[in-house]
Formats: sequence, structure tokens, C-alpha cells
Amino acid sequence: MKLPVKMTINGQSYSHEVEPRLLLVHYIRETVGLTGTHVGCDTSQCGACTILMDGQAVKACNFFTVQCNGAKITTIEGLAKNGELHPIQQGFWEKHGLQCGFCTPGMILAAHQMLERYPRPTEEQIRHQLEGNLCRCTGYHNIVKAIQWAAEQMAGKK
Amino acid sequence: MATATIERLVGKSIKRREDPRFITGRGNYVDDLKVPGTTHAVFVRSPHGHARIKKIDTAAALKHPGVVAIFTGKDMTGVNSLPCGWLLPDLKVPPHMPLASDAARYVGDPVAVVIAETQSAAQDAAEKVRVTWDVLPAVTATDKAGAKDSPQIHEVAPGNTAFTWQIGDAGKVDAALRGAARVVRKRIVNQRLVANPMEPRACLASYDPATGDLTLWVTSQNPHVHRLLMAAFVLGIPEHKVRVIAPDVGGAFGSKIFLYNEETICSWATRRIKRPVRWTSTRSEAFLTDAHGRDHVTEAEMGFDAQGKIIGLRVKTIANLGAYLSTFAPAVPTYLYATLLNGVYTIPAIHAHVTGVFTNTTPVDAYRGAGRPEAAYLLERMIEAGAAALKMDTAEIRRKNFIPKFDNGFQTQVALNYDSGNYAAAFDRLLAMLDYRKFRSEQETARRQGRLLGIGFSTYIEACSIAPSKVVGSLGAQAGLYESGKVRVHPTGGVTVFTGSHSHGQGHETTFSQLVADELGIPMEQIEIVHGDTGSVPFGMGTYGSRSGSVGGTALLMSLQKIKEKGKKIAAHLLEASPSDIEYANGQFQVRGFPDKAVPFAQVALTAYVPHNYPEGLEPGLEETSFYDPSNFCFPFGAHACVVEVERDTGQVKILRYLAVDDVGNVLNPMIVDGMVHGGIAQGIGQALCEGAVYSEGQLVTGSMLDYALPKADMLPMYETDRTVTPTPVNPLGVKGAGETGTIAATPAVVNAVVDALAPLGIDHIETMPLTAARVWGIIQSAKR
Repeated sequence: MKLPVKMTINGQSYSHEVEPRLLLVHYIRETVGLTGTHVGCDTSQCGACTILMDGQAVKACNFFTVQCNGAKITTIEGLAKNGELHPIQQGFWEKHGLQCGFCTPGMILAAHQMLERYPRPTEEQIRHQLEGNLCRCTGYHNIVKAIQWAAEQMAGKK
Repeated sequence: MATATIERLVGKSIKRREDPRFITGRGNYVDDLKVPGTTHAVFVRSPHGHARIKKIDTAAALKHPGVVAIFTGKDMTGVNSLPCGWLLPDLKVPPHMPLASDAARYVGDPVAVVIAETQSAAQDAAEKVRVTWDVLPAVTATDKAGAKDSPQIHEVAPGNTAFTWQIGDAGKVDAALRGAARVVRKRIVNQRLVANPMEPRACLASYDPATGDLTLWVTSQNPHVHRLLMAAFVLGIPEHKVRVIAPDVGGAFGSKIFLYNEETICSWATRRIKRPVRWTSTRSEAFLTDAHGRDHVTEAEMGFDAQGKIIGLRVKTIANLGAYLSTFAPAVPTYLYATLLNGVYTIPAIHAHVTGVFTNTTPVDAYRGAGRPEAAYLLERMIEAGAAALKMDTAEIRRKNFIPKFDNGFQTQVALNYDSGNYAAAFDRLLAMLDYRKFRSEQETARRQGRLLGIGFSTYIEACSIAPSKVVGSLGAQAGLYESGKVRVHPTGGVTVFTGSHSHGQGHETTFSQLVADELGIPMEQIEIVHGDTGSVPFGMGTYGSRSGSVGGTALLMSLQKIKEKGKKIAAHLLEASPSDIEYANGQFQVRGFPDKAVPFAQVALTAYVPHNYPEGLEPGLEETSFYDPSNFCFPFGAHACVVEVERDTGQVKILRYLAVDDVGNVLNPMIVDGMVHGGIAQGIGQALCEGAVYSEGQLVTGSMLDYALPKADMLPMYETDRTVTPTPVNPLGVKGAGETGTIAATPAVVNAVVDALAPLGIDHIETMPLTAARVWGIIQSAKR
């Protein structure tokens, strides 16, 4: 049995018939073909699949696709606008906030919501807000710096 | 046509060229690939630690809609055992078939593969495969493997002993310890870890029946090693008909060096079903099947004279190798471990005895640091235990024992000859950053208030830039450990570089470009780095053991020299001068001392490919290949310190400061080196405080990220890092290696800090990591009684 589902991803609308058990992350990766959203675990610990759904950072492995009918989703591929990097993306580049790059899309989108909640976060807030995202390469030091850098840039633009 | 001197890039924190694709979601990892007609593989694995396979019934599964094929070990005829690439004398090498058909020997051991049109069909059908098991007793504990009543895992290895091995002078150590003013004896457990790169392993094997070519995309640190082992040793197919590609690799830390069952089986199966076969590990499978790390149980004795000088060290280690010998498993607890037991100290007598044992656990192999963290942990724990026994300051005892500064060679008691070192200098820098005296006085105050504040040091050495082929060959390696580097200059002056090194996060596209840009005096934009593809890169050994800068970089440097030498001949012809009068500077070939009499690099390149006006007898083209085999290992070193506070009521350890002074020789890109140091420290802290694989009754209890605690952002501090620079004389770049130092150094620094914090309770040692709140609380409670 397949069920119809419609959603907007990075401004483009998609409609497919999917198995009810298909996880959103697999829909995004396999059906839609946006492979920037990664799968790093089976237990919703790692956060590599973090996306924005209706403005909220969520783990795409925690949803069945059919639960997301009508959702507006932003994946890492949709964050840069008109070829211009989002300040958080720029921050990760400037501050060497990534090494292998696998956790990076999830980190960037988790940081996106973090900076909406806390536009000028303290180091402690940043570390606490990254609770749901694992990185094995950076030891988080430069991820914290990248987010601080982005916060400064974004505050300056306001 | 004089040009301004071009700014050198080596030594600068150039932003990474690879980042734009990663931060925009355009990385290209194995699981991102799409090949038309691909089938999906799911493995049926043993749920038992040890069980005889009586029957595998695939009938129901074969009827499942979408199933293409199901194979068991019996179907894989003509296939050999997965090889062990490091053979110690008298090593017992049991067969390790890609699919077990007689018995399963660890939870996760694959016994069948189901291949279907979709992932979900394969998953569903795999659940319908019925295996009849005869469950046997399992042994998982390192120190129980050799017990008389333990189950026998392999016929070829009585007592589950894979090898016994020793190094050093036992008699000398006996005499030294007999004459010691004080001998400290400790049992030290270095627990089992799981590498956990964020990208799980994956492969996609695609056979072309028309050409007979097999392409394997696989998460690999060393595609040529994968190809050689798989094609030549296991599947018996010609190496030249196999192309192995490792695209972007999402972290590895050693775990993607080895040839595993899954890619071997998919490569075999695609030839059988003549369709592409893809497999991506789940995280649960990663916990069960990625090679684990560490897992030593050691009894150590360190003797001191009355002044606190170390006079002897005796080490007896049992190393758990898991159920089978993974690719380089025997090397890790021997040549990568016991040869490092001299550390940074003058130790006149050392002897180490190592027993490698089989258990019903996931195979163990190199994990970041591989043997060296175990050695550093032992030494650093023992020297601080010695300080406690002798009531000496932990900084003072180190100073007393450091090997004095040397520039070119120090012969250790355990085979290695260190390249260059200045251990006291790194330590002094660390103490200054720390304001050590001030800390000790603050600690006094804190202790009077009942607070448990502690500091731990770690002054470590490691051996990297792996490795001189002759040396490792004489020690049992079945491979050389050189590296390849090819430089192709295009007619218009662009340069493509092919390196046998393969980045899995280290930023080679940036650092190697910096190196090439400096040597050729051309902008980085004109340089492309190609790696991870046996179809285009000359045979190379890959990235591990902190070898890419030192070994891979030197291979590139050699090719760049050859390019310049040939370019000089072409330029000399164009300038009507003698080649010996031509020098290369600032991106042009010029007559020595006459920068106006010059031809730019691009013009020489064009001439090489359009050789109308060309030297007699010189080959056209401008492309050079080199293989560099190092003459020795390189030996980075450094000094780390950790300051912790232990919460008395909960046992929670909080890291207040973490400081690191590393000496990795010359540095190509400080930003990248710092990043690797940070990540290494986090992994070392992870071992000390939260990570550990636990088996119970044959089962891996810590089989997911829910149960195995990886370090998170909120348990780690900002790291305070600095460097001293002692270039190595071993390679022309003077670089030693920077990928593993943090992991090697951090674990003992943290544990020493916790022990120091608990010292007022009479604690001088903690046998077992990780130091979770529960464990530390237990220690505090029993100390009270």
C-alpha cells in the first residue's frame, strides 16, 4: 500500500506515493534525491539528518514521510540564497567548523534554529543547544567558534 | 619580465578548498551515489556470540517479492579467507571467510546476504531467513580468553592464543627492579572502544559484463589496499579489472583501513547477478562490525631510584583481538604499542610481553593512535602513580626523567630510534600556559574547602609517518608503506596532482595544494588534487598513522622536483642557455641571477606538449610520478594537561581546563593541525570519561549511540593549544604528523587529573575507564569506608 504525500522542499513542491513506513530522511535522500541530509545513526542521537520543517529544526529520521504532508522543508541545499552562503555556512568555513563534513549539514541547521532562539548565545548555550548533534572530528571547539562568528555577522546585519 | 616574490602558503591557515561542497550539502559520500539498476544488500548476522550453524533455510525469504538473490557461505565457492596483512612469528591465522558457514564467532558475524530490488524488500526478506543455531558458550573478556574452561574459538589457536610476543631485555629489567628503591605495580585496563566515524561504512559494487570490469565504491582510507587484498587475495580476480573508488569519506579514525566482509561479498555478488549491489551500514551494524579498538589488560611494574628516576619497566599485556584477525590486528598491540614504551623518558631497562587472544567479540584493529595511546596511557599512569608513591610532584618527576634534547637520533630500549625531540621545552611551555604553581596553591585552598580539584599531565611520544617498508617488512608487514605522488602539468599550465594519500577529513585538497603552489609558484586555483581512485592514482597506501603530510607530501615534493628539472631543460632550450644555468623562482624558469631572462611556467608547459621548438632527445609532455619510502618513522611529542573538578556527591567529572602543547615538526596549515588536535583530544577525553564497549554473555550491550556514550559539546571545554616546533630530519618537509597526537595524549591527562582530584581520599590509581559519574561515585564511596 502506498499513500500520496505532498510537500515543499527548498521552495519546490514535490508529490509522490510512498510506503507508510518510509522515513522522511530516506524520502529526502532517495526519492527527492537531496543527499546533503545524512543518516548517521538509527536511534536519533547523531543529528546528521537535521532539517528545518516549518521553521523548526527536526531530525528527519524521526518522521514518517506521510506525517509530513503539506510541510515546508528546508534542507542544507536550500540554505544558501542566490548563490550567497548563509552566515552560518560561512562561519563553518571561516572557523574550520568541519573536517569530514558528514555531520555538518545537521550542525548548520541545528545552529540555524539555535540562533533564532538565542541571537547572541553564550558558549554554554551553544554547547547545550548542540545536545542533539554529534561530531567525531572537531571536538566541537571550532563548531562553537563558527556559530559565534555567525551570530556576530547576523547581529551586525540587523 | 620580473615578477614580485609570491607569498608562500605553506605554514599559513588557508581556508579549506573542500568546504564549499560540504557546507552546501554537495559532498559526495558513497551512500549518495546512484547507479541505475542497483540492488540492495542486507546481511543476515549471528545474534549469538558463538554458535554452530546447523542449517540456513532461505526458501521463504527467496519467495519474498523483490528478492533477486540470497547467498550463504556455501555459495561462495572459490573465495578465500579475508587476509591478515601483518604476520608475527608463529601467529595463528584462523580462516575468516566473508560469510561464515561452519560457525559464527561474534554477534554480527554475517552468515547470509539477501539482495533485493529495494532496501525494504531486502530487509523484510532477511527477516525470513531461518538459521538453525547450535548455541555454544562464548568468551568475551580479555583476561578470561585463555582460561582452561573458556570455549575454544578456533581449532588452529589452542587456548585462544593468537600469539605471544616480547620485546626488550627481561633479565636487565629483573635486575633493575630488584635494585629499585621503589617499585610501583598496577593493573591497567585499556577498555574497548568503537571508532564511530559519523559516516557509517558503505559500498556499491558494479560489474560490467560487457567489459568484465568491476567498480567498487567503498568507504576506504586506502583504496589500493582494498583493491589488492580483495582482488588478489580473496576473490582471485585480476587487479587491473577492478577499480576501487573512495569518494568523500565521512571520518574513519582507522576503522575504514581494513578489508571487511561486506564490500567483498557485494563485489563477489555483483559478478554473480550482473547488477550493481549496494550496502550501507546501519549504526547498529557499525557497532557490531566496524573493527573495534584498544582492549588491553596489563600488569605493569615501574621501578624508581630514591631520587625518582625510572630504572626499569616490566609490562605484561593481554590484547583482545576479537573473533578473527582483522587486516592489521597483530601489529597494533605489538609493534605499534610496546615499541613506544620508552616514551619521552630515559628508561634503562624495559621488557614487554604481549599475548594476543581470540574472543567472541568484534575483531579489534587500529583505532586512532592504535597501540600508541595504550602505551602512553600506561606510562603516564605509571609515572604519576610513581610520583604518588614517592610523594613527588608530578611535574618534577617528569623533569627528572625526560630524555635530554636531541636533533638527530635517540636509540630507545625497545627498537625505535627517535628522530628529534625536545621534551622538556614542550612541558615548560605547558607549565607556563597553565601557571602551574598558582594552580597548586589554588588546589590547596580548594582541598581545604573539601573540593576535589585535580590536575593531570601527559607527556607523550608517538611514532607516525608510517613507515619504512624495509623495517616493517622485517617485522611482519605483508605490504610496503611508501606513498605515491604524481604531478600532471597540463599544456596551459594547470596542474593535476594524484596522491595515494586519501583524506577522510584531513583537508588534503588544501594542504597539498599549498605545497604544490609554493613549489611551482602558481596560484592554488590552478591546482587540482585527485585522490581515492585506483583508476587514476598510482598505487598508494592511503591515509592512517599520521602519514599523509610526511610520506604523501614528500612523494609529491619529489615529483615536483622532477617537473622542475625537466622544465629547466625546456627553458634552457628556449632561452638558449645551459640547463645548469637555469633556476626556478616565482613561477618562472630564469637564467640564474637574471630574472628578466625568463620563461613563465605555463610557456614551458605548453612547449612540452607542443614541442615544435624543443631540445633534442627530450621526451615531450610534463608529468612525473614518484614513490617515497621514508627512512624512519617520525616522532611527534608534546605535553598536555587537564584540570578537573569532581563533584563529591555525584562523582561527576567536570573538565575546567584542557591545555595542549604539541610538537608535530613543521606545520603545513596551522588551522588544520589545530582542528585535528581538538578532535583527537575529544576522542581521548571520550575514552577517559564516557566511551566503552561492554559485552555481557556474548552480547554487545553498548550497541547503539543510546548505550555507547560519544562525547558531546556540553561536556567539553575550549581547548588551549600551542606548539613547539622541532622539525624532523627524516623528510625534506620537516613534518612529523598530527592526526593522532590529541587522542594519544588526552586519555592519561584526564585520568591522572581525576586521580589527583581524589588523592585526598587516598586514591592513587583507577584501574578501569571510562570514569563515568557512577564509577567515580563508587570509588568515592569505597574510599570513605
